Amino acid sequence: MRRIAVTVNGTEYEADVEPRELLVYFLREHLGLTGTTVGCDTTTCGACTVLLDGKSVKACTVLAVQADSREVTTIEELAKDGEFHPLQRAFHEHHALQCGYCTPGMIMAALSLIEENGELSEADIRVGLEGNICRCTGYHNIVKAIQAAAQEMRSPAPV
Amino acid sequence: MTEVTEAPAAAQRYVGGGVLRKEDPQLVTGHARYVDNISLPGMLWVGIIRSPFAHARINSVELSRAREMPGVITAFSGEDLAGEWAAGLPCAWPIANRSFPDPTTEDPRAPDHWPVTKDKARHAGDPVAVVVAESRALAADAVEAVDVDYDPLDPVLDLEDALKPDAPLVHGDFEDNRCYTWGLAAGDVDRVFSEAPVVVRERYLHPRIIPNAIEPRGIVVQPVAPQAEFTMWSATQIPHIVRTTMALTCGIPETKLRVIAPDVGGGFGSKLQVYGEEAICLALARKLGVPVKWVEERSENYLATHHGRGQIQDVEIAATEEGELRGVRVKILVDMGAYLMIITPGTPLLGAWLYAGLYDADAYSVEFTGVFTNKTPTDAVRGAGRPESTYAIERVMDALARRVGKDPAEIRRLNFMPPFDEPRQVASGLEFDSGNYEAALDKALELAGYDELRREQVQRRDRNDTKQLGIGLSTYIEMCGNAPSQVLAAVKYGAGGWESASLTCHPTGKITVVTGTSPHGQGHVTTWSQIAADELGVPIEDVEVVHGDTAVSALGMDTYGSRSAAVGGTALYLAAQKIKEKARTLAAHELEVAEDDVEFRDGKFQVRGAPERAKTIPDLAFSSWTAHNLPEGMEPGLEATYVFDPPNFTFPFGAHVCAVEVDTETGETTIRKYVAVDDVGNVINPMIVEGQVHGGVAFGIAEALYEEAVYDEQANLLTSSMHSYRIPSAAELPPFVTDRTVTPSTTNPLGVKGVGETGTIGAPPAVVNAVIDALQPLGVTHIDKPVTPERVWRAIQDAKGGAR
Repeated sequence: MRRIAVTVNGTEYEADVEPRELLVYFLREHLGLTGTTVGCDTTTCGACTVLLDGKSVKACTVLAVQADSREVTTIEELAKDGEFHPLQRAFHEHHALQCGYCTPGMIMAALSLIEENGELSEADIRVGLEGNICRCTGYHNIVKAIQAAAQEMRSPAPV
Repeated sequence: MTEVTEAPAAAQRYVGGGVLRKEDPQLVTGHARYVDNISLPGMLWVGIIRSPFAHARINSVELSRAREMPGVITAFSGEDLAGEWAAGLPCAWPIANRSFPDPTTEDPRAPDHWPVTKDKARHAGDPVAVVVAESRALAADAVEAVDVDYDPLDPVLDLEDALKPDAPLVHGDFEDNRCYTWGLAAGDVDRVFSEAPVVVRERYLHPRIIPNAIEPRGIVVQPVAPQAEFTMWSATQIPHIVRTTMALTCGIPETKLRVIAPDVGGGFGSKLQVYGEEAICLALARKLGVPVKWVEERSENYLATHHGRGQIQDVEIAATEEGELRGVRVKILVDMGAYLMIITPGTPLLGAWLYAGLYDADAYSVEFTGVFTNKTPTDAVRGAGRPESTYAIERVMDALARRVGKDPAEIRRLNFMPPFDEPRQVASGLEFDSGNYEAALDKALELAGYDELRREQVQRRDRNDTKQLGIGLSTYIEMCGNAPSQVLAAVKYGAGGWESASLTCHPTGKITVVTGTSPHGQGHVTTWSQIAADELGVPIEDVEVVHGDTAVSALGMDTYGSRSAAVGGTALYLAAQKIKEKARTLAAHELEVAEDDVEFRDGKFQVRGAPERAKTIPDLAFSSWTAHNLPEGMEPGLEATYVFDPPNFTFPFGAHVCAVEVDTETGETTIRKYVAVDDVGNVINPMIVEGQVHGGVAFGIAEALYEEAVYDEQANLLTSSMHSYRIPSAAELPPFVTDRTVTPSTTNPLGVKGVGETGTIGAPPAVVNAVIDALQPLGVTHIDKPVTPERVWRAIQDAKGGAR
């Protein structure tokens, strides 16, 4: 067992974990943050995408001990005071989800894509999402939702 | 084209509008309830030891090393668990040999299929033993510590080799590897073919595809009363069918088993199944008296969750010199895999009546031979039988067009059945509900800019461009809305095809809908709310839809085969009519007028000519609940159940156009434009319908260009993870252009047909036809799916006569 201290969604947690424990199971099974899902076990599908120190990572390929002294942000952190994050609202309004299983990872990947880049063309978004698989939507509406959210996130807040 | 309407105001306020989904808030915020999110006090984890060999005798299973590991509770072999099963795993649709039209010829071959095998492993991934441990990780460790002694046997891999006299046998109880041969014929097939001036013969391969719902399967079983009563949560499309069949397999009274499908992360047919792991978890919870949980790893999913397709089709069509279709004759080998799952043998037959597509033919013959192999069992995967039939007819119509020198659009127009809005019988014996095929094609060609694309194609050909343009068409028909129970009886399916819905109007005016359908992404909660709100004249927010729990909905046939709106939605509509019938009587009583003087208008029961005198459903729900003043003999309460058994299938159709650029130097295909014009009848929620088309088309494009289960000569699955099995991402897929024509179905009062599978059925031939069209100047006339760069490159080299 190794003792780690991880800040998750703004709260610091200390825990003893097995060195082999994956970050995604630490989040799901130790902290009960089941919003982050597991799809493929091989870093391919991206369902488990979270932010580690603000950058997107696939939590099925990060060990919990690697998150020691770092900050993790998960899907549960996005909505504030009962209000959707612009990405969540855009996914809802553009019907960018069906079964919803890939959605948390898709939204977290999109968040990092928007925050780490300037203007995003449709092609940029498609390439940027290459590591996140959705089997339901054919991506058409996901791309539209991300375009809409990116625009909203970049424009100044309404007075 | 989607119009988002949050608060529509007309009399029919919700149906037809793009109401946003009620399902979304929990899904976008990470508060979904998937099976893997469930954790119960004292819960143990199940791990499954699976055969690494496709075909092997099991000499011994040594469990002691695993049992002694810290944190491991116990372990069992197939032999140890044999006493747990009252019956084997079910096949609800066994097909008798030569069974149509004479069903009595020979007994169906349905081999024993136990949740954990005892004597032999028959595919890589076949369960051989189980372990139970205190955590997910300890269970995985214990799986590694079980020693199984195998004698590997020669595997049965190839469908044609499997039928040779010297082939090894998958099941020693039968004299060969044939599961069945089933046929259907109409008209004078031999004469039509012998007299036809043009006969086109082609062979099409359908590799196995792996469905890959992003949520893996998962099961939790909680003993409610020790060893006697159980609740099972399963990531399934079919909680009702799982309950009935698991009761039989595990010998538990059906009333002592509750099955819940909570939020389910996609299915695509793969969760339309009754799996051995469900039986294993039930048996272990019964044996140990504590909750147990099993969640599939993706590598297990590739081996142990059923696959789809797996066919070799020999397709022949007879035609006139002008290209008028006269006859269709098809012989098909179908890969069953190692065992018969719930509808393994019947799955290809779901396309059996559709091999003439939406064209007229005088003579029709199809013959299917199911073949056992040492591979993962096959079963229904999105489209199930209809992608195969559509691919056959739509590819061969292009071959016919080439033969007679016509444009693919022209050959289709020449052969379409004329428009009809009354049921029409076709060569295979089906009655299509309604159709207007040319309208869909016209619209699709216009949206695609067909003539302009053809002009550009000529230019590229003229200048020997290394990027050639190809345009592919697919005008498809499918049958869904499964299914009339009488028809299921005729094809020896072991259950009915009805669906149920219950409506309860609560005293506060709120409405509960209980449906027997079991959605896993399709948005039934929203769509069913739209239907109920409109029919009962209440705000959509006041409707709650409950599904996927056998304790709440006793009657259900679940979700698959694009059936839910056409059968379950109709059941709901008809339950609402029953409510209104009773409510009208009560309203007349309260308004002190004759029933005939009361009409339901603008969501209210109004006195004819005096609309200010009115009662709403919430008013009447309250008064029927207090029961203070009911008409003589009326039961208190306002609730109704309707079980709808459809009189016929529904027949969605459409026209898809795909334009591709093919790099003749690298073989790479890029989709430039994809147009889907679908006719799914009336539309309840255009936004959801469009989403289903997008996803279906993506699935079909994937089948055409990327996905294929590849085995080595020992029947090991080489494409055994998402790394090696290529599921397209956003980067590979194009945006889609979608539109509709609307020909209401005559099968149900909603006029709906079904949309879950249309894209997957329509897309593959459109894409493959486009690639072949691009390469026509190079002399390429055939490439097998998936049309990978390597296959394209080789086809070009072959056509050039060059060495490989």
